[in-house]
Parts: sequence; C-alpha cells; structure tokens
Amino acid sequence: MSSDQRVPIEGPTRVSPAAILRLDDFTLRFRGQTVATVNGISLSVSAGEILCVVGESGCGKSVTAMSIMGLLPKGASDVLSGDLSFMGKSYDLRRENLPSHLRGNQIAMIFQEPMTSLNPAFSVGDQIAESVLQHQGGTRAEALRRARDLLVKVGISAPDQRLKEFPYQLSGGMRQRVMIAIALANDPKLLIADEPTTALDVTIQAQILNLIDDLRRDTGMGTMMITHDLGVVAEIADSVAVMYGGEVVEYGPVREIFANPQHPYTIGLMSAMPRLDRPGGRLAIVPGSVPAIENMPSGCRFRTRCAFANETCTERPLPMAAGSGHRVACHFAPLEEHVMVQA
Amino acid sequence: MSGDLILRASGLTKRFGGGGFLTRAPVVQAVDDVSLEVRRGETFAIVGESGCGKSTLARLLMRLLEPTAGQVVFDGEDISHAAGPDLTRLRRDMQFIFQDPFSSLNPRMTVGKLIGEPLEVHRPDLTARERRAKIGDLLRTVGLTDAHANRYPHEFSGGQRQRIGIARALASGPKLVIGDEPVSALDVSIQAQVINLMGDLSRDLGLTLVIIAHDLGVIRHMSDRVAVMYLGRIVETGTAAEVFDSPRHPYTQALLASIPAPRVEGEGRAPQLSGEMPSPTAPPPGCRFHTRCPFAGPECRNSVPELAPVDTGEVGSRKAATGTDHRVACHHWREIPLPAGAARSAPHSEPVEARFALYRAAIEGGQVVLKARVPTAAT
Repeated sequence: MSSDQRVPIEGPTRVSPAAILRLDDFTLRFRGQTVATVNGISLSVSAGEILCVVGESGCGKSVTAMSIMGLLPKGASDVLSGDLSFMGKSYDLRRENLPSHLRGNQIAMIFQEPMTSLNPAFSVGDQIAESVLQHQGGTRAEALRRARDLLVKVGISAPDQRLKEFPYQLSGGMRQRVMIAIALANDPKLLIADEPTTALDVTIQAQILNLIDDLRRDTGMGTMMITHDLGVVAEIADSVAVMYGGEVVEYGPVREIFANPQHPYTIGLMSAMPRLDRPGGRLAIVPGSVPAIENMPSGCRFRTRCAFANETCTERPLPMAAGSGHRVACHFAPLEEHVMVQA
Repeated sequence: MSGDLILRASGLTKRFGGGGFLTRAPVVQAVDDVSLEVRRGETFAIVGESGCGKSTLARLLMRLLEPTAGQVVFDGEDISHAAGPDLTRLRRDMQFIFQDPFSSLNPRMTVGKLIGEPLEVHRPDLTARERRAKIGDLLRTVGLTDAHANRYPHEFSGGQRQRIGIARALASGPKLVIGDEPVSALDVSIQAQVINLMGDLSRDLGLTLVIIAHDLGVIRHMSDRVAVMYLGRIVETGTAAEVFDSPRHPYTQALLASIPAPRVEGEGRAPQLSGEMPSPTAPPPGCRFHTRCPFAGPECRNSVPELAPVDTGEVGSRKAATGTDHRVACHHWREIPLPAGAARSAPHSEPVEARFALYRAAIEGGQVVLKARVPTAAT
C-alpha cells in the first residue's frame, strides 16, 4: 500500500448495523482550561463486541466513559462537539446527556475498586435488589430472588449465604463479581468496565475476564472495557482504541493492532511491555511522560515524546485507513515507508 | 560457598495476632518456615498473589519486623534480632523502595532534603557542601537533574517520584535494595523506564536487588532467580528460566497460565485456577495448595511437601543446596506434565518486526531521516 492511496476517513470504519453505541467526534474541555481534555474521538461498540480502550493515566479514557454515562459533574466541563447514538437514538452531547433512566438499566458500569463502589452498610442482597427495584419495580422478595439468580450467574457459590453478607466479608474477586451482578441486574445492552481487573490478582483477573467473555457470548451485550494492560487487551478484546492525550491515535480489530501496529505510540507501548519470551536486556521505552493538559502540544499530541516527529507533526494528523477497519492518526505511518534510521 | 551469599534466611516464620488478655485474636501465619539464599549482585524475585506473605517476608529480610522463629543472616551477621547501633548500620547497608511513590515521600520536604536525610544519618562526616554535591550525583544517577533538588514531590510525575525514591534508597550506599512492587503503580511506558534504570543500577553499582512483585512479566524480565510463594510458604524456586520455562509446581503452572495473552486461533482458554486463596488464619493442613490443586491426592492433605530439588539424580539434603538448583514443594511433581509450548506472543510479520527495530533504533539515539517520496495531494 503506498501512501498516496491513503485517504482521510471520518468516524469509526467498522460500523455494523448492530452498533449499540456510537460516539462521533467527541470533544470535551474542562472549565478553566484552554486545551480540550478529550479531542475529537470516535468509537463504536456492536452487540457482543468487546472494545478495549487502552492508554495511560490521563489519556482521557475514563473521562470518555464517564461522559457516555453522563456522570461528569454539571458545570465542570463543556462539550464542544460530539454525537452519541445508543440503540439507534441520537443525542447531541453539547446539549443533552443520555436519559438517566437508561443508566444502570440499558447501560451499566463497573469500576476498578469494588470496595469503594459497594456500600459497606448494606448487604450484598440489598444492593443488588435495589438496582432491580429501581428499574423493574416489583416486590422486595422478587428482587431478592432475582439477586440470588444473578449471584449464581456470576459464579458465586453459596448464593443464599452471600446475599446476607456485607462487602467487608468478601474477597476482592468476589466483590467484583457482586459489582458485575449489580450491573447485569437489568440485562444491559452495554457494559462499560473501567479497569475492572486492575486491583485483582492475576489468577482472579483470569476468572473475571472469563466471566465477562462468557456473559457477552450468552447475552449479546456489548462491552467497552477501559484498561492500561495490553495483555488484557490481547486476551479479551475484539477491537481496540489506543488513546493518547485525549485522542484516539489508532483504532482497529485486535488482530490488526497486534500484528500490524502503526502508530509510534502503539509500537512504543508494545515495546515497553516486559515479555515472557524475551527476558533481559533493556526495554525500548516511550521517553518522557504525558504532558499536563495545559502543556499539550498543538498538532500531533504525541510529538513531544515521539522519536520520529518533525515540523510536519505541528499539523494535526487525520485518521487514515491502514487496513480493514484499521485507522491510524500519524503522518509517518507505516514508519518503514517514510523514514530510515541511521546509527 | 557462603562467600557469594549476601542474604540467607532459614526457617523464617512470622505469626501475627494471638495472645491478648481476655480475647484471642486469630493467629495469622503470614510466613511459615521459609528458607532462601540471595547471592551478591543478583536480582532475586519473590512472586505471589496478595496475602501470600511476600511483603511480610520482605520486611523480615530487612529486619523491619522481628521473626517469630528462624534467622536472617546478612553479610555473615545474624540480624534477626538486631537493635540499636547494629540496626542503624543495617539500615545503611539495606534499603527499601516502596510501591507507592505518592505516599512514600514527605510532601513538605524538598527533593534535596528527602535525599539528604539518609545522608545526614548515615554519612554525618559530610559537610553541607559535600552533601549537596552528593545529592546532585544521586539525582543524575537516577536520570533527574541537580535543579530538581529544590522542588517538592507534588511537582513530579509518578515515574519521577519513583526515581526520587530510588535516589533516596541509594543515598546511604547500600549493598542490598529491596523493592516492594517498585513499578506496579506506574504506567507501562514509565514502568519500562524505571525497570531499565534498576537494571542499569544493579549492573553499574553491583547492587543486589530483591524484588517483590505480582507482575510475572516484570519478574521474568528483571530477575536472575525467583521464589514463588503461596500462603506463607515457598512452593517453587530456581532460576527465572527454570521457573518460567519448566514450572513444576501446579500453582506456578496455574499462575503462568493466568497471565493474559493473545489467544491462538482454535485454542481454548487456559485452564484457570478455581476458588481463591484460603485465609492465612486457617491454612489447610498438609500441602497448603491442595484445596485448589487438580492433582491433589490423600497424602497432600496429610503431609507437608518439602522444598526438594527437581533434579532427581542429585543426592543432597536441603542444607547442601547451592541455590542454583530448581526446587519444588510438591508430592506429585514427577507425574505432573510440563505445560505445552511457551511461545506467548502474537507472531509479527517481517515488515512489522522491521518497524519495531526502527522504533528501537530511533529511541536509542539513531538519526531519523525522511525517505524521499512522491508528494501526495495534501503536500
């Protein structure tokens, strides 16, 4: 593929008719700042698809998730552009949020720290039942029956006993299962999981990832999973959005991203990961650290940390098609066609 | 033989709780009969899940905690119950890097003060001018600059703070540095920088490193030898290659299989460990792993397996161990098959490998030259 044939594209390239969630050109700036924290990102999640949003602290991945949920405090930020479409209905994020009755119902969210997201003063059964009662009504007894079924569904043994227990009596993995049970209470179409396994041990992480994988298979629920762990991405994702400095720098099917990474940041992240099959030596790093939002450079936001950047990069790179469903925002992708490195 | 050993623990045990006048707190068996040897200049890793006792073990090795039983010998000296001036001397020779660079630095002290503090304690002979020079040296050693000495911790990013923590640990000129999860709070790109730094330091300063971590990729990358802990005991130990490439203990195998990795087409998910670690207040009898082990038999419930050499040809008691050998504490390791193929990375095509090589060359100081190309419509 020669660079001449590359064409700028708009929005996600792989929009299937079954797209549950679609975010187009979303830009958000916090009040009192001059630079947008999230800058023109587009992504989509289809039924049964797991989209992993990967990036480091401060790349805007959680802000994006919170905005989709409408959970950012009012008056703290301005949405400069962005259309959200969910289950075929469109919302202009500049003026409106997702209606709150969808929240916790059609869209559910789980967080990194299951201890702080659960209420320590209420039993597990009450907390799951609350979510059922809120959206489905019915009696408390019915809701508790539903809660018991949900505990079974998320693989908790002795559910009758667990219903009566309080969060402090549960281990970290168990608490995350309870969080997932609450999220599933109303058969959501979309699950947003913000670093759901980061606080867990690796054997427990494997159990939770398998659970999420099984659930999307059984229920056809779409999942947007936020993570910083490329290992988790490789294990579970169908598609990947790599974020840097509030922008999606590369987006595509997981196999494409791992077999054919195009953006220097993606390549850097992959090189920086210690590998089991290639121990020792020095890791190739991504130099420096993410600049504070007010110091974010114009043009390509990665250019201050990129070994290949030059004056071309002061202009913002448009997303280009790099393969089937694969897009990348870099003036010099793929590298080998554009640059040489001399010792 | 003990000449190259810097740290030796034997029969180390730590219990918490119990006692009490009217009530009895449950006794937590945090570390139970652990013996290990760390050689001078090597990087030794202790790996395990939360609650396995690895942090308690690190604190015992450093004499931040006093063992209930057993002993720790550092540089030929029994330090298990060191106190007073001996302890001060020990603190000079053995330093600690903490996990969280946000809570382990005093926010009211400048970086220069933070790094100068251990110098004041351990090098009282230095004049103020010499101390300032030394602080500058230390900052440069960890990749910061002299000017950073006047700033406060909040002005730094997580990675820089961890560098400050490392500079502080190096200030007293230690022989051994213990890092408790030194990179796990950092982002991937920053983590790689700190891993590289620690590798450079261990090589250039001849430091011995003991790393406590749960990230198996980090451990495989950094360490020479590894000990795997489960519920207070070491279940397997050996060189990193032995433990990672031919794990013998079913727990080690399960741990390695849990590492998230790209799934190969048509291959099912790796078998996962069911259940969770039992509470250390009531560890199961016999082999502590038997409640989760697919290979457990009746003897596993009754007798504690000894940490014995994997090489069957060798005759030797535990005492005669050289530390080079691969040891496992399992009654059944001979019958348990080694896990198949360890190639765990997505295959890259040649052009993509070339792209990675290009990236590395550019990062390592190569000069980037643009290729001449046909101008596109945009230019």
